[in-house]
Amino acid sequence: MQVQFTVNGRAASVDVPPNTLLVHALREHLMLTGTHVGCDTSQCGACTVHVNGRAVKSCAMLAVQAQGAEVTTIEGMATADGTMHPMQAAFKECHGLQCGFCTPGMVMSAVDLCKNHPNASEGEIRELLEGNICRCTGYQNIVRAVQVGQKAMAGA
Amino acid sequence: MGASDFSKLPHIGESLKRKEDYRFLTGAGQYTDDVVLAAQSHAVFVRSPHAHAKINSIHIDAAKAAPGVLGVFTGADVAADNINGLPCGWLITSTNGEPMKEPPHPILAQGKVRYVGDHVAMVVALTQQQARDAAELVEVDYDVLPAVVNVADAASGAVAGAALHDIAPDNHCFKWAIGDKGAVDAAFANAAHVTKLDLINNRLIPNAMEPRAAIGSYNRASDEYTLYVSNQNPHVERLLMTAFVMGLPEHKVRVIAPDVGGGFGSKIYLYAEDVCLTWAAKKLNRNIKWVADRSEAFLSDAHGRDHVSHAEMAMDKDGKFLAMRVHTHANLGAYLSTFASAVPTILYATLLAGQYTTPQVYVEVDSWFTNTAPVDAYRGAGRPEATYLLERLVTRCGWEMGLGQDEIRKRNFITSWPYQTPVALQYDVGDYHACMTQAQQLADVAGFAARKAASEAKGLKRGMGYSSYIEACGIAPSNIAGALGARAGLFECGEVRVHPTGSVTVFTGSHSHGQGHETTFAQVVAARLGIPVENVDIVHGDTGRVPFGMGTYGSRSISVGGAAIMKALDKIEAKAKKIAAHLMEASDADIDFSGGEFTVRGTDKKIPFGQVSLAAYVPHNYPLDVLEPGLNETAFYDPTNFTFPAGTYICEVEVDPATGSTRVDKFTAVDDFGTIINPMIVEGQVHGGLVQGIGQALLENCVYDRETGQLLTGSFMDYAMPRADDFPEFKLGHVCTPCTHNPLGTKGCGEAGAIGSPPAVINAVLDALRPLGVKDFDMPASPHRVWEAIQSAKA
Repeated sequence: MQVQFTVNGRAASVDVPPNTLLVHALREHLMLTGTHVGCDTSQCGACTVHVNGRAVKSCAMLAVQAQGAEVTTIEGMATADGTMHPMQAAFKECHGLQCGFCTPGMVMSAVDLCKNHPNASEGEIRELLEGNICRCTGYQNIVRAVQVGQKAMAGA
Repeated sequence: MGASDFSKLPHIGESLKRKEDYRFLTGAGQYTDDVVLAAQSHAVFVRSPHAHAKINSIHIDAAKAAPGVLGVFTGADVAADNINGLPCGWLITSTNGEPMKEPPHPILAQGKVRYVGDHVAMVVALTQQQARDAAELVEVDYDVLPAVVNVADAASGAVAGAALHDIAPDNHCFKWAIGDKGAVDAAFANAAHVTKLDLINNRLIPNAMEPRAAIGSYNRASDEYTLYVSNQNPHVERLLMTAFVMGLPEHKVRVIAPDVGGGFGSKIYLYAEDVCLTWAAKKLNRNIKWVADRSEAFLSDAHGRDHVSHAEMAMDKDGKFLAMRVHTHANLGAYLSTFASAVPTILYATLLAGQYTTPQVYVEVDSWFTNTAPVDAYRGAGRPEATYLLERLVTRCGWEMGLGQDEIRKRNFITSWPYQTPVALQYDVGDYHACMTQAQQLADVAGFAARKAASEAKGLKRGMGYSSYIEACGIAPSNIAGALGARAGLFECGEVRVHPTGSVTVFTGSHSHGQGHETTFAQVVAARLGIPVENVDIVHGDTGRVPFGMGTYGSRSISVGGAAIMKALDKIEAKAKKIAAHLMEASDADIDFSGGEFTVRGTDKKIPFGQVSLAAYVPHNYPLDVLEPGLNETAFYDPTNFTFPAGTYICEVEVDPATGSTRVDKFTAVDDFGTIINPMIVEGQVHGGLVQGIGQALLENCVYDRETGQLLTGSFMDYAMPRADDFPEFKLGHVCTPCTHNPLGTKGCGEAGAIGSPPAVINAVLDALRPLGVKDFDMPASPHRVWEAIQSAKA
C-alpha cells in the first residue's frame, strides 16, 4: 500500500504491505535507522517518535495509520546545521546516555513530556518516563537531563 | 609513566563530555541492524518449543518451496560440513582430578533439543517476513522427554529420565573446591559461635537494550568472510569461530562489532547464530542478516546467576571471623557457554574472603546441567554471587552476635596490604574503613533512628542494610588465568598512530558498548601528549583495523586496555624525544616532554609535539641512520595482578507491611576505584550497576516452569525490568587508593554497582522485617513475596 506522510518536514511516500509497522517503514523504507526496535511488546519505548506532535511508540502503529500525518524522528530533532535540540544537548551535558540504543526514544519521550508537563517534578519525571526502558544509565542522569532540557525548552 | 605522575596530568579527573554522544543523540549510531549490505537476505531460526525432547524427524520441503526461500539448514547439514560445536573457554578440573564434562554444543540440534529456544533449523529468505513464514512450515517431530529445571532438582536427581548429555548421565558437570578443608573444619570445632545461612541467588536475564544481531557475509572473489555482530570482543569471537568451530584461517575472517547497544556480559560469547550465518553466507553466497526478537533474546541469550548455596561462619566470642565454609550448587543451563565454567569457580569462590581477615575459607561448588538456557557471565559474573552470600552472612553474624552491621564488618576488616587471602587472591591495596566511614556520613546513619520513627508513625517498617564488597577486575594475568584453566590469554593491545600533523588515532582491543571509551581513552592520550582531546580518535570493534585484543568484560578496559595504550605512549614519547633531540641539536637524555612541548633541560629551546610528528613523516632533517621514520607504536599489556575495587554500600528501605510493597528510600555507594579519569562516566557506570543490582534484589527474576521448562518470564510484560520510578536519587562517594601495579592506578568501575547492591537491599529488607519475626528472605523482594514472608512469620 502507498502511504504518504510528512517525515521530518519533508514529504515521504512508501509502498509497504498493509501489516507494516510504522517503525519498519521508517527504518527499512526511509532508512531512518535512528529509531530502534528494542522489544516486541511495546514496552521498551526505543522506537518512540512524534506523530502529529505526540510521542508514539512506532511499533504500536501501522504505517498506513500515519497516512497524512506529520512524523518526526530523532533525525529530525537537530536544526539543519546540525545543532542539537535543547533536549539532545541536555542529554549530552548530563551524561544521560551510555550505549545510545534507548536514547532516541528517550529523547523523543522527554520532549513530549516537557511539552505537556513543563513543571513536572523529579518524581513526576520518573513516573512519566515509565514507558521507556534504559539498561545502562540507572536513569539518574536521564532524569537530570530531562530537568535541564525542561528548563532549556521553557526558555527557548 | 607511572600512576602517580599520570594522575597529576592536566584534565585527568575532569568530567569531559562524551565524544560519542552526538552520533547517538542524532540517530546516527550504526548498530548491526542499521547496517544494510547489498543483496542482503534474512535468517530466521526455528527453535525448540520443548525443554527436552528427542528429534525424530525434521521436514523442510515445504519451507524450502516457500516464496523467497534461499536455503533451509538443519543439524544434518552442520554434521555433513564438519562444523564443530561451540567451545568452552575455561577448563575446570574436578576434585577427583577429572576434567569437567564438556558435552557437544552443536550450532543446530543433533538429534535432541535441551532447552526451550534451542536451535533446530535456520531458514534464509529474501525478506525477513518470507523467512518467518517459511520457518512456520518447518515440521519437527519430537518425543518429549522429562525436563529438569531447578538446580536443586538436578542435584538431587529428582527427575527421572532427564539426563541431558550422554557424557554426564547424572547431569553433573564438575565438583570443584578451593581452600584448606582440614583447617576450616578444625577452626569450626573450636568456634564460640557459628552462623549459618541458606540462600538462593536468583536467575537473571541480561536484556541489553539492543537485541543480539549479526550479518554474515562472504566474498567469493577473495574467499573472505565478514561477520558484523553485536559483540563485546570481536577478536575472541573470531578466534573461537575460526580455530575451534569452523576450521577457517583467521586472516580470511573479519569480525566487526560496530555500535553495540549494551552487553553486560551477554555479548561476550560465541553464539550458534553467529556461526550459522557465517557458514551459510558462503554456502548461499549471500549476505545474511539476523536480528533477535526480544522474545528470542529472553530465550537464547546466556542468562546470569542461579546459585543455591549454604554458608557457615565460625567466630570467636567477639565476633572475629575464624573460618568460613560454603557449598554452592550452580546451574549451568543446557550447555557450557563460552566462560560458563569460570563463573561459579574462579570468579566466585576466590572472592569469598571479601574485605575480611577470615584466616581460612573452604568452598565447594557442584555445577549441573539443566534444561534451561546456558548460564554465563552477567555484569559481575561470580563476584555478585560471592558478595551476596558473604554480605548476607556477615550481617546475620552481626545480628546473632548482638553487633551492628557496621561493627561486625569493622572488627574484621583487612587493614594492611598487600593481603594474601586464603582463596588464592592477593589484594594489592585498599582502605575499607575509609569507605565505611564515608558511606555512613553520606547515608546520614546518625539520622536513621528519627527516620525509622517517622516511618513507624505512618505504619511503615524502615530498615537499613550494609554491604562491603570487593571484586577482582582487570582480568587478568594470562599466566595465572592459564594455570587456573583459561584457554585464552587475557592481555590487551593498544596501537597509537600519530599522524603527520600531530593528531592521533588509537586502535584498542577493548570494546565500548556504552562505557565511553572513545572519551576516556582519548582523555588519557590527550593528557599524555598535551594535545586537545578533539585531536584523538579511538577505533575499536573491528578485527580488520585493530591488532589482536581480548575485548571488554570484567571491568578490564581502562586497567588493561588503557594500560596497553599507556605502554604504547611510552614508546611514542621515547621515540619522539629522540627526534626532538635531533631537531634541537641536544642529547636525548636532556629532553623533557610535558604540556605538548619538548624542551631541552637548562635551555629555553622548545618545539611542539606537532613539529616532531611532522619531522617523523617528512624526515628531511632526521637521524635516519639510527631511527626509523614514522610515529606509530603498538603495545600489548599483560597485567601482573588483578585489580581490587572495593566499597561500602548502605541501603534504606521502607516496607508497607499491609501490602509487602518495598521502596528503596535512600541508597549510598562509596567506591574505591583507584584513579578516576572521568568522574562523570564513572558515576554513570555506578548508577547503571546499582539499578541492575537493586533490580535483582527488588524486581527481576527469571522463572521457568519447574516441570515443563517453559520460560514464564519471556517478555518485558513478565520480567520486571527496572524503570525510572523504581529508584531514589543515589548518593555516591569515592575513596582513592591507586592500584599499585598498572601505569594508571585504575581498578575498574563497570560492575561494582551490580556486585555491591543486592545484599545491601536485602539486608535492609530483613532489618525492616526483623521486628515482625522474618529471619530469612530470598530475592527478589516483590510485594507478594515480602507480604508472604510477613504472613508466614506471623504463623
